[in-house]
Amino acid sequence: MQKYSIFNLVKNAFSNHENWDLAWKDPTPKEEYDVVIIGGGGHGLATAYYLAKEHKITKVAIIEKGWIGGGNVGRNTTIIRSNYMHDENGLFSEFGMDLWRKMSQDLNYNVMFSPRGIINLAHSDAQMNAYARRGNSMRLNGIDAVLLNREQVKEIIPMADFSDNVRFPIFGGLMQPSAGTARHDAVAWGYARQADSMGVDIIQNCEVIGFDVSVGKINGIRTSRGNIKAKKVGLCVAGSTNILAEKLNMTLPIETHLLQACVSEPVKPVLDKVVTFGAGHFYVSQSDKGEMVMGGDLDGYNSYAQRGNLPTLQHVLTEGIAMMPFLSKLKMLRTWGGIMDMSMDGSPIIDKTHIEGLYLNCGWCYGGFKATPASGWTFAHTIAQDRVHELNAGYSLNRFSTGNLIDEKGLGTKTWIS
Amino acid sequence: MLYINCPHCGMRSQNEFSYGGDASVKRPELNKEVSDQEWDDFVYNRKSLRGKHLELWQHISGCRQWIKVERDTATHEIFRTFKADEDVA
Repeated sequence: MQKYSIFNLVKNAFSNHENWDLAWKDPTPKEEYDVVIIGGGGHGLATAYYLAKEHKITKVAIIEKGWIGGGNVGRNTTIIRSNYMHDENGLFSEFGMDLWRKMSQDLNYNVMFSPRGIINLAHSDAQMNAYARRGNSMRLNGIDAVLLNREQVKEIIPMADFSDNVRFPIFGGLMQPSAGTARHDAVAWGYARQADSMGVDIIQNCEVIGFDVSVGKINGIRTSRGNIKAKKVGLCVAGSTNILAEKLNMTLPIETHLLQACVSEPVKPVLDKVVTFGAGHFYVSQSDKGEMVMGGDLDGYNSYAQRGNLPTLQHVLTEGIAMMPFLSKLKMLRTWGGIMDMSMDGSPIIDKTHIEGLYLNCGWCYGGFKATPASGWTFAHTIAQDRVHELNAGYSLNRFSTGNLIDEKGLGTKTWIS
Repeated sequence: MLYINCPHCGMRSQNEFSYGGDASVKRPELNKEVSDQEWDDFVYNRKSLRGKHLELWQHISGCRQWIKVERDTATHEIFRTFKADEDVA
């Protein structure tokens, strides 16, 4: 594989950049693999990369129904953070933060990681207390957290509404300075390119239509491009998890819901932090191109449609304008939707299943993108070693029946309520 | 915008309704031994079908009645609506 470097950039300039290697190949499926990963999104690609890199398992195929990076890894709002209260989430995400910091070098691909910091705004004394508690929990887990008062927040984001007559006045906020954003497509492409170079087959336009399971053990999968034998199969399909689970006669603590995001027209740099509204569900950051990237609530009913509906968008943007009135002056450039695998406690599942050789990675709710490297790393470990790593031990499938829920937000099992 | 035909009030916009989830989930019968599996299936496990899905909605800004709606989760098309105690054939 050609390394991406200033030297190769100059060298290829002499041939009008027409002789670069393909970033990844387009192989036909082989008859058999050691591991088949279903789902060529961020998590699937990262899993294949870490299987090859950390566990030297390279007879691996990624099976993708559409094209790689066309699902949620291309549809998110690119926020990366580890500002969780519970140990399981905090330690897992902070491990991921470390992988994010090294990712561009590790993948030889500029993922434009920008640790600009995230501020969760508080709008009451009670919320300030809750944030102080969460901040302390974060610091105990080695995650950076700073509690800001109203004046400190005003200094950082003066464009927010600090007037006296607002419905939800800003009392302060909780900041994680090391949080930030990254270029989502680059993450998918970077993992794909490295995985491909180590021998992983990335097979696109290939739909999984069934599984070969006998006496509690997986033997392979049936696809639109033929049968593929596999010793181990990993499911990494986010919002399509329930569809594949049905083919395995499994019913999971997951519901599929629609989440929208949108960007405004590009404007001059105005916001150098990720900011979330604390009296509802709205978040905003500014992309490198200058667009305001915004998102918030689910559409609120089970959906497999990768497109949104206007009432939710209007509701979300009303919150945005309450927080930062200048947003009302911007024209909307694009809106889009993705389908989320909403788990019943708001935390993910990375685990073995009752079928030998079948592994499950799902339940990412609103936070799949930031988890990409840590999810791939721990899922690769779980598949390669046939046992969970201590980082994903809490993300077990049976925690629902044993009562060991990780209910970060304490919202209960109505997954559409945020 | 979804338009839901409330069996009590007629066609209204989705803004008047709030969602109540999968209507096919049944609470285990009272005064009967309930296995862990049955309880998990009631509280946590969902089929989350792609296609026709029977679900509960409440006409919260209207008659405040709970109703059942048969809707396609891929196209958002609404086929039929029922009163909460109506049997769905």
